[in-house]
Amino acid sequence: MSGQTGPVTPAPAPLAYDDEVIRKFVVATIFWGVVGFTVGVLIAFQLAFPALNLDLEWTSFGRLRPVHTSAVIFAFGGNILLATSLYVVQRTSRVSLFGGSATAHVIFWGYQIFIVMAALSYVLGYSQSKEYAEPEWFIDLWLTIVWVIYLVVFAGTILIRKEKHIYVANWFFLAFIVTIAMLHIINNLAVPVSMTGAKSYILWSGVQDAMTQWWYGHNAVGFFLTAGFLGIMYYFIPKQADRPVYSYRLSVVHFWSITFLYIWAGPHHLHYTALPDWTQTLGMTFSVMLWMPSWGGMINGFMTLSGAWDKLRTDPILRFLVTSVGFYGMSTFEGPLMSIKAVNALSHYTDWTIGHVHSGALGWNAFITFGALYYLVPRLWGRERLYSLRLVNTHFWIATMGIVLYISSMWVSGIMQGLMWRTYDQLGFLQYSFIETVEAMHPYYIIRGLGGVLFLLGSLIMVYNLIMTIKGRVRNEAPMGGQVTAPAAAAN
Amino acid sequence: MATVEKDEFTGTETTGHEWDGIKELNTPMPKWWLYSYYACIIFAVGYWVIYPSWPTFSDYAKGMQGYSSRAEHDADLAAQRQSRSQWTEKFAAMDVSDLGDDHQLLDYAMAGGKIIFAENCAPCHGNAGAGAPGYPVLADDDWIWGGTRDAIHTTVSYGVRSDHDDTRASEMPNFLGDEVLEETQIADVSHYVLSLSGAASDASAAERGAVVFEDECAACHGEDGKGVADMGGPNLTDGIWLYGKDTAGINAQIGKPRHGVMPAWSGRLSDVEIKLVSLYVHSLGGGQ
Repeated sequence: MSGQTGPVTPAPAPLAYDDEVIRKFVVATIFWGVVGFTVGVLIAFQLAFPALNLDLEWTSFGRLRPVHTSAVIFAFGGNILLATSLYVVQRTSRVSLFGGSATAHVIFWGYQIFIVMAALSYVLGYSQSKEYAEPEWFIDLWLTIVWVIYLVVFAGTILIRKEKHIYVANWFFLAFIVTIAMLHIINNLAVPVSMTGAKSYILWSGVQDAMTQWWYGHNAVGFFLTAGFLGIMYYFIPKQADRPVYSYRLSVVHFWSITFLYIWAGPHHLHYTALPDWTQTLGMTFSVMLWMPSWGGMINGFMTLSGAWDKLRTDPILRFLVTSVGFYGMSTFEGPLMSIKAVNALSHYTDWTIGHVHSGALGWNAFITFGALYYLVPRLWGRERLYSLRLVNTHFWIATMGIVLYISSMWVSGIMQGLMWRTYDQLGFLQYSFIETVEAMHPYYIIRGLGGVLFLLGSLIMVYNLIMTIKGRVRNEAPMGGQVTAPAAAAN
Repeated sequence: MATVEKDEFTGTETTGHEWDGIKELNTPMPKWWLYSYYACIIFAVGYWVIYPSWPTFSDYAKGMQGYSSRAEHDADLAAQRQSRSQWTEKFAAMDVSDLGDDHQLLDYAMAGGKIIFAENCAPCHGNAGAGAPGYPVLADDDWIWGGTRDAIHTTVSYGVRSDHDDTRASEMPNFLGDEVLEETQIADVSHYVLSLSGAASDASAAERGAVVFEDECAACHGEDGKGVADMGGPNLTDGIWLYGKDTAGINAQIGKPRHGVMPAWSGRLSDVEIKLVSLYVHSLGGGQ
């Protein structure tokens, strides 16, 4: 805060940041990502070809589905959130981590143990039967301890910062960490049957339990997959584009709007159920009011590229980041739309919901994660550049085609399914039986599975590219866009 | 440290802060964004006025319309019932055996029975009653419990070996397990039973089996093996087999028989729905 007034150039790092743990989180992100995508592809094909359940309880769809969702959300998404938040908070606060490297490593290993315990318990048949909150009580307790340490390290680092102001990315990260702690604890309050057994009963019952579950479930989307990832966006897009953030004021208003409004939106998962009408109304209207606050993040992401759009020609990393913001904008328009009761009456319980989730998860969360990984790996391992920018581009297009196949097949399948369910003949009889709707969806299940294969394939290209980068190799290739923009690459 | 600069490209000033080289522009919020946000808020407030919304300590704001999703649902169902009543009243008033004579009613039963069957019966009996191993075909003229409209109606209503008091029930004895027959006797009877439908079999074994059949099987399956529908004894002469058509399958069913269960649909489906689906099943090919 002293000296350094005029020059625009950023100050050199005043001290060594705790990057060892960030490297570990990055490796964990990549590993769990591939695991999560692979299981996703498997269960997608299980729906198309039930024989792939293998007639074994451990490999049945019902047990592998939570393995997939937990692996991609909490293992892949969680590790990149931990990696980026701890990377960003150090650099934007100009201090190393509060608690030091040892405490950060406790978070790392504690979190990986949580993931392994959760996945094993699902496969072995232990589940609370709460979507995205399947782990039983002892795993929940373990995660609570790890999460509180994470909160202390992150908030502590902000408290000892050497910058006067707290950067916007850190607001989002902090909102994510605090809210997830609250959601996790309240939704998982349970009474164990015995202290030595895995089974427990949730404290809530009936419609209160359903409401608590979807208050949790929707805000897991809102604060884990939205707020946390907006934190990633607010650091990596301006850095990669080398442009100032478009609007500080917009970031303030959309941050507080999102944090205030999101927490109310859960009841839209329970339209036309035993949930009271007034609660459904609030869930729907708060979802509609969320549309613009969500788009505030999209505008700030896109418009930060003003004056730098030409970089998309030569920088496939920026392509990942910007496309992710596009998918974010699309999903956050579709979400409020689907929360409107008349639309929800058609979309609810159909594949449309699955398509919606994946346009957000694959397009927004995974794409911005890929962008951040491509940004981080050369820097964290002290490499001049990535092994290959052209492979990043290949990854980008294969993954994009995968997403398009996935979400368009689920739109068609879901809307068709919803329409078939509600079609009556002139005499007032249902036109289609349930099994006829399943038969009709079969081709779309195959297309969806193929989309997943492409997405997985892209991620394997990334793994290869990043391993070669870590090894310090540089691929001999023509620069992107036919222009030489980077300084002379290391000769090899 | 706060140094406000002018961004060259946009001409907008920065806020003067900088973090790790990242600066922020002081761009005002986009007007279209702000007004759209206001519009959404106004929509929400308007919706709260019209529909049930904010809770109070012991109640909630009912809204101008006094809307209730439960009342809407009940009204929908009542309207549906009303529109069907011209048909359902006739079905409710008539016995199922008389319903087949009226072509209009029969057409209605086909339309309704088809979807009721597809949703409730097809999982076991297959699409259009095509059957599956262990689950009888309903499209042929082989009826274990009778193929008249009345008989089918009774079977659908009360089920087979169900938990209903009036259930259809029969029990193939456990001939091997209860040591009634020796394995060789069972093999003989199998050959005899196969011979009844002209299937390839060992003639001398069949001859020995005929004696056993008369003693142990004829009571339920009939002297001629053509079955006794009142007792649920299947016809063994028509080449239609529930659990297997060779000596292995028949041996197994004599030695350690399986007993299929069909649920009672009375109480699950309405009386009219049961009539519709019974008429539909009767029409599938083999109604008597």
